[in-house]
Amino acid sequence: MQDLLFATLAIYVLGMISAIVLRRAAGRAAVAVFAALGSSMGAAAGVSVLVSGREVPLAPALSALHPQVQLQADPLGAVFLVLIGLVAVPAALYGFGYSKSYEGRYSLAALGVVLNALLLFLTLTVTATSPILFLFAWEGMTLAGFAAVLTEHDRQPTIRAATWYVAISHVGFLALVVMFLVLSGGDLSASFADIRTNAESLSPVALGAAFLLALAGFGAKAGIVPLHVWLPMAHPVAPSHISALLSGVVVKVAIYGFMRISLDLAGAGPAWWGGVALGIGAVSAIGGVLYALMQQDLKRLLAFSTVENVGIMLIAAGAAIVFRSYGLDELAILSIVACLYHALAHGVFKALLFLGAGSVLHATGSRDMEMFGGLSKRMPWTSAFFLLGAVAAAALPPLSGFASEWMVFQALLGGARIADPEGGAVMSVAAGALALAGGLAAACFVRAFGITFLGLPRSEESEVAHESPRSMRAGMGLLALGCIALGLLPSVIVPLLARAATGVEGRGAAVPSMQLGLALATPSGLSSFSPFALATMLLVAAAAIGLSIRMLQGPFRTRLSVTWGCGRFGQTSRMQYTATAFAEPLRRVFASVYRPLEDVSVDYHPDSKYFVYRITYASDLRQSFAAYFYHPLLLAVRIVAMRVRRLQSGSVHAYLLYVSLTVLLVLLVARVWH
Amino acid sequence: MTDYLLQLINVALVLAVSPALVGLIRWLKARMQNRRGAPIWQPYFELRKLFGKEVVVSDTASWVFRATPYIVFASTLAVALLVPLVRIPVPVALGSDLIVVVYLLLLGTFFLALAGLDTGSPFGGMGSSREMTVAALAEPTIALAIFSLAVGAGSTDLGRIVAETLNAPTTVAAPGHLLGFAALFIVMLAETGRLPVDNPSTHLELTMIHEAMILEYSGRYLALIEWASGMKLFIFLSLLANLYVPWGIATSNDPAGLAVGLLALLGKVVVLGCAIAALETRLAKLRLFRVPELLSVSFVLALLAVTSSFVVR
Repeated sequence: MQDLLFATLAIYVLGMISAIVLRRAAGRAAVAVFAALGSSMGAAAGVSVLVSGREVPLAPALSALHPQVQLQADPLGAVFLVLIGLVAVPAALYGFGYSKSYEGRYSLAALGVVLNALLLFLTLTVTATSPILFLFAWEGMTLAGFAAVLTEHDRQPTIRAATWYVAISHVGFLALVVMFLVLSGGDLSASFADIRTNAESLSPVALGAAFLLALAGFGAKAGIVPLHVWLPMAHPVAPSHISALLSGVVVKVAIYGFMRISLDLAGAGPAWWGGVALGIGAVSAIGGVLYALMQQDLKRLLAFSTVENVGIMLIAAGAAIVFRSYGLDELAILSIVACLYHALAHGVFKALLFLGAGSVLHATGSRDMEMFGGLSKRMPWTSAFFLLGAVAAAALPPLSGFASEWMVFQALLGGARIADPEGGAVMSVAAGALALAGGLAAACFVRAFGITFLGLPRSEESEVAHESPRSMRAGMGLLALGCIALGLLPSVIVPLLARAATGVEGRGAAVPSMQLGLALATPSGLSSFSPFALATMLLVAAAAIGLSIRMLQGPFRTRLSVTWGCGRFGQTSRMQYTATAFAEPLRRVFASVYRPLEDVSVDYHPDSKYFVYRITYASDLRQSFAAYFYHPLLLAVRIVAMRVRRLQSGSVHAYLLYVSLTVLLVLLVARVWH
Repeated sequence: MTDYLLQLINVALVLAVSPALVGLIRWLKARMQNRRGAPIWQPYFELRKLFGKEVVVSDTASWVFRATPYIVFASTLAVALLVPLVRIPVPVALGSDLIVVVYLLLLGTFFLALAGLDTGSPFGGMGSSREMTVAALAEPTIALAIFSLAVGAGSTDLGRIVAETLNAPTTVAAPGHLLGFAALFIVMLAETGRLPVDNPSTHLELTMIHEAMILEYSGRYLALIEWASGMKLFIFLSLLANLYVPWGIATSNDPAGLAVGLLALLGKVVVLGCAIAALETRLAKLRLFRVPELLSVSFVLALLAVTSSFVVR
């Protein structure tokens, strides 16, 4: 068990080596097998930690290497080890088939190394026990992600996206370094246990600053508004199975970091921490889904929906902090469990959707929804899997998204028990925001599935689209099973997650009364629901209806005919609603958020205005925070950079002067410090 | 066991009575507009006719189009099984949770909207787009109304909310209660496609929402969808009645109490049905882009309901 993680890490390294050594199909197969094997072993380690409920030191062989390298899985980290396995195994399987199309165009060796390196650093991040190790793994994860985004490096949008990604990630990294310095009192090699004791002696101001730095640093990676701008650029341009990992797992590891700091290492924070997290979460949830609704690029839509879901997780984490500050421990645990459950559920369904979008990209060579349509007949498996993911993403019962969102709702409704009216009012507004995000997500995924897979094909590429190869379907199938399992079995999974929550909570507090059975009940009886009974009811009812119609009315009589068209003939795909048209009503309703730019130009016949040659319509959405936040920021950076450039004279003498001045300055500072 | 059987009888009740509710509202509307109107049981004849007809399916449509009527009908039946209609409590194992009810109904809407897109008809797309817009904007109101109810009862369990209001009869006149009722009533109009949000009696106008979405359906499929939307209306009205004015609902399995509960439920639903008929006679349909304003009114009402239930608590 302890060496399981060592084996996991070793297997990832083998995967990297085999990617370099082996060629073509053998290379792709080895990469996939090693990635899947390693991540499933990591997940097995995670499950055993969750079942036993104890912290387990891992990979002792590594600590023999250097005493600083201590890896450990506690229940909180174990949840994320499981998540890595849940997403990485199907993604690796899918990647075997998917990366075939990269043969000859891009470096398969680089892709294989990047996949295994990403998994290696992810595993290290969630098992690290000291800031220095954590930061090392975190930076490795960032760079592996950077390389993954750059896979198709000969395209302009890819380079732009990767630049934004790496820039914002490093601003976040800086925040994390400072945060750890504050919490640990300047010693980055202290263990997390030391930090926990050290944090107790810190002033509320220092702790508050550390909290805000953690929110910014982890938020930059998780994609909270307004630090999310890179996410919808970077996630879509990566190869689809890597996109699945980036959106499904990497973002969650940032949530792990945030929970680790704000709920564990920094101790019990005051209510305003939770309020800030709730507010940013609500803005991210609504902002993310509003922009997702307007995207024409299918993968970009999914990336914006990730911003929404990160917002939901942050709402739950914020609620946990608020509840704990009011001493409502049961509700705090419920919120943490809801957050973790949503991390699992979102990881699985978002990975499924990204893989589905990847299959569509594979089949049509496009990500533009306006080119799609009618794919459900040409790609029956992919469309069924994508529909399942879409239902889960829209938080509809009885799939995984609903189970987690139900728990978040219940946690927020528990806000009615907070004695202060303000606390309860904040929770009620958050519940309203969550509901709006849920409703908009339903609209968004009707659009994503309906425009892409239903109706008539809008381009020749969609007309001749083909189903994906078997390995890709298998990958999606596994994730689809995951969506169903997480939807139907929350009552089995929740008690395990509650262990992670109590570990975070009070280290050894009792597991609350999360009922084990078919129904899922919240602690102290807020409410209960039984996804299993629900699913049975739906199936039985649907079967009963079909049977009873058949018995009462005899055999079904069905005739195929053309779509009714108001007397016209020849239904063409141009008569359908487009993706843009579908979202138009909501664009008008939220025009103050979108501030759409529209440009209509009409060419008339020179003799009469009643004969129109051509109408061109162009429309674009401005991202308000990009206009008001990033443009001025970039401008300022550029101006400063221009000034700084004067220092660069090119003369060696000048540089020597700079070096000696810097040394002098450092010495002076060190002198004053002590 | 009897509890479960009685809950099953709920389903039969909803199945049996909902077409009559639709017929009643139509008949009342006709009377108020100085028309004679079709008899109340006309919807039964229509359902019978539709079930007997052959189905014409567009050759563009995929399996989603064929599965949707069953999904919509099944999810509505599941809701009927979960909600307290004639008696409380609902058996715990079913999990009679208000949030589950709301999202189950949204599941039906989700698939109807997909089916609207499936045939490639411009009407279907138009209807789907509008339906999802209205549904999305109605969600926050519903959440806040649920919140205001949960503040009082300490639970989103429907049976518990009803029981709580029965125990403390004065809460019925509390401002939070009244505001919440008003908010949910507006949302009910939007969700069940009634005036002033959508017009249930138009076909083929560019203003319609629900009817545009289901334009391609015929035969037994159409029958299932029409029946399901009738059941949805009945369930919404009885929820409004039982959550806000729960008197008369049976609290045990005593036959006399159950009979009273049944009569009380039907009486309350008929009163609300009359209110809808009166509204639909008086009100004109709103322009589509005025609908969000109406829904934001309901949102503000719900927000006030939550706030006042905190203050009064």
